[in-house]
Amino acid sequence: MDSFTTILQLFDSTIRLSAPLLLACLAGLYSERAGIFDIGLEGKMLAGAFAAGAVATWSGSAYLALLAAVLVSVALGLVHGFASITHRGNQIVSGVAINFIAAGTTVILGQAWFSQGGRTPSLPNAARFNPINLPGAEAMRGVPVVGPLYYELISGHSILVYLAFLLVPFTWWVLYRTRFGLRLRAVGENPAAVDTAGISVPWLRYRAVICCGVLCGIAGAYLATAQGAGFVKDMTAGKGYIALAALIFAKWRPVQAMFACLLFGFLDAVGIRMQGHPLPIIGEVPVQFMQALPYILTVVLLAGFIGKAIPPKAGGVAYVKER
Amino acid sequence: MSQPFAKLPAWADYGLLPLINLIVAFLVAGLVVLLVGESPIDAAVLMVKGAFGSGDGVGYTLYYATNFIFTGLCVAVAFHCGLFNIGGEGQAYIGGLGVSLVGLWLGNFLPWWLTFPLAILASALVGALWALIPAWLQAKRGSHVVITTIMFNFIAASIMVYLLVGVLKPAGSQAPETRVFAEGGQLPGLGWLLNLVGLSMRSAPLNVSFLLALVAAFLVWVLIWRTKLGYEIRTMGFSPKAARYAGISELRIIIITMMISGALAGMMALNPIMGAQHRMQLDFVAGAGFVGIAVALMGRSHPAGIVLAAILFGMLYQGGAEIAFDMPNISRDMIVIIQGLVILFAGALEHMFRPSLQRIFYRLGRAKNRTAAAVIAGGNQ
Repeated sequence: MDSFTTILQLFDSTIRLSAPLLLACLAGLYSERAGIFDIGLEGKMLAGAFAAGAVATWSGSAYLALLAAVLVSVALGLVHGFASITHRGNQIVSGVAINFIAAGTTVILGQAWFSQGGRTPSLPNAARFNPINLPGAEAMRGVPVVGPLYYELISGHSILVYLAFLLVPFTWWVLYRTRFGLRLRAVGENPAAVDTAGISVPWLRYRAVICCGVLCGIAGAYLATAQGAGFVKDMTAGKGYIALAALIFAKWRPVQAMFACLLFGFLDAVGIRMQGHPLPIIGEVPVQFMQALPYILTVVLLAGFIGKAIPPKAGGVAYVKER
Repeated sequence: MSQPFAKLPAWADYGLLPLINLIVAFLVAGLVVLLVGESPIDAAVLMVKGAFGSGDGVGYTLYYATNFIFTGLCVAVAFHCGLFNIGGEGQAYIGGLGVSLVGLWLGNFLPWWLTFPLAILASALVGALWALIPAWLQAKRGSHVVITTIMFNFIAASIMVYLLVGVLKPAGSQAPETRVFAEGGQLPGLGWLLNLVGLSMRSAPLNVSFLLALVAAFLVWVLIWRTKLGYEIRTMGFSPKAARYAGISELRIIIITMMISGALAGMMALNPIMGAQHRMQLDFVAGAGFVGIAVALMGRSHPAGIVLAAILFGMLYQGGAEIAFDMPNISRDMIVIIQGLVILFAGALEHMFRPSLQRIFYRLGRAKNRTAAAVIAGGNQ
């Protein structure tokens, strides 16, 4: 029973840790499926987290914080769009620029506005997204196996976690069952065909970039107002890149993206739990190895040892209308 | 868009356009300074004074510039081949291993002028090897070098943390760093160089790796524009199809270019480790690998431009540290913003001002032609 609880707690923290990855990963999916590579997930998430932390401090409302995070992240997404769609600049260079602008601005503004070394003040629970106990969770707790499963694992997360996982079927539906999704995929594979059909390639790509911004903003808000209580300097700590890795791992598909994010979240959770606990046979696994594992796995995948990841065909290429 | 554009003269293309982009980047950075309630002009004055106002200021500026020359060259060499090496940070970090092994071991019994070349070789080799795997994956498997080099940055960071809190840390010490190198593992300073121009340097860590950086810049120029290999690299960068048609091996060029790129990044480790701290510390690269991207974009991937851009960023680093004393709201993170803005305006948005500039030159050209035509017509009557 004890090991059962341990495993449940492990999976519980897996869900918690993979939620921001999943949001960022789906964000990247919208953008990259439309042919706009986005290295800037990290920066947008970070800026969103800062906006959420700052607005939650001032207003005391988690929902206003979420809105601010989304707005800031979309604004950065539009900068990316302006550079890479309107001016046909290099998408990777633009994404790198956004990461630096976000990393620097959050610290400078945070220090100037709150004077706490770049962090925002600690938020009271009223200004955060708190865990929600699903109906019947308390009552079912006593039921063997199913009870703890429901109580520990499924119930007791913040609303943003449920949103993240609901977005998976939603994204699948948008991508594969709506006209917008069809066009979105088409513009990432063959923009000339979309253009010939009389649909504006730039406007379609701008909408994809906006979708990406919205989701990165939610991911940022989750970090600052649900997982943490306030913004901390460099709080994304590479999550944007892990999300990017997960996206490649999932070969740009929503359901697989969820599993990839759960895998990387699980590695993170195991890494945290294993600190100072030597394993049988192998001995103590260094934390650094667990932290590097998602990156190593992605490289192995990219090397073609676990299937082949083929990005959208028109990804990274600006579309020039024929004259 | 159908309007014919005048081709920009070279001075406008290589001088005016980057200057405009740079000015816009600084104007936006000035807005951020305003936003935190300080005067951008005062900040700029403080910065220039801090960077060039004293012998130590110049020493620090050039010390930082040394790092950025190496990483800028690293990014630029890859750019010429059409590759984007974001992995300079990781390659430099791992390159530190080569420097440290030479410093820790040979530094005990060899003089610095023998350890220095060996450390150059070791750091370049380790950096090149770290770039080899992404290069091979790009050339052989077609996996994007941008993604793999990002992943390799994180993997490098994990390895180095693991080594620095474990094997490389002297017993009984708490700080995650190696022991201080013996005499032979320490590079001499360049105080005499500043004395030549009448400045005196007391504590600044400027050292001989600055001269190595200048030599490297020259050699990169020779390589790219004066050798067959450089010609092949540029061909690959301009048009992979043409290169393939000309019988240039894609695999060979990508791997060689990335290894040169990685070697240049790896050599950056010499400056902080053997030149300044005389030991390897956690996170000694401190973002220099990423600054290299901004430096290469600003210097338009030309070694001369890179040296200038590196000195500019060295000034920002050193001056930025000085500003922080007088304006507590502006920390060194301001440079990260400027760096981002430079990458945005000189890199991703480099074409934003080009059409309007071309239109201006076109109009100027046409006006000149028209007056010339009028003069000729007037002469005929």
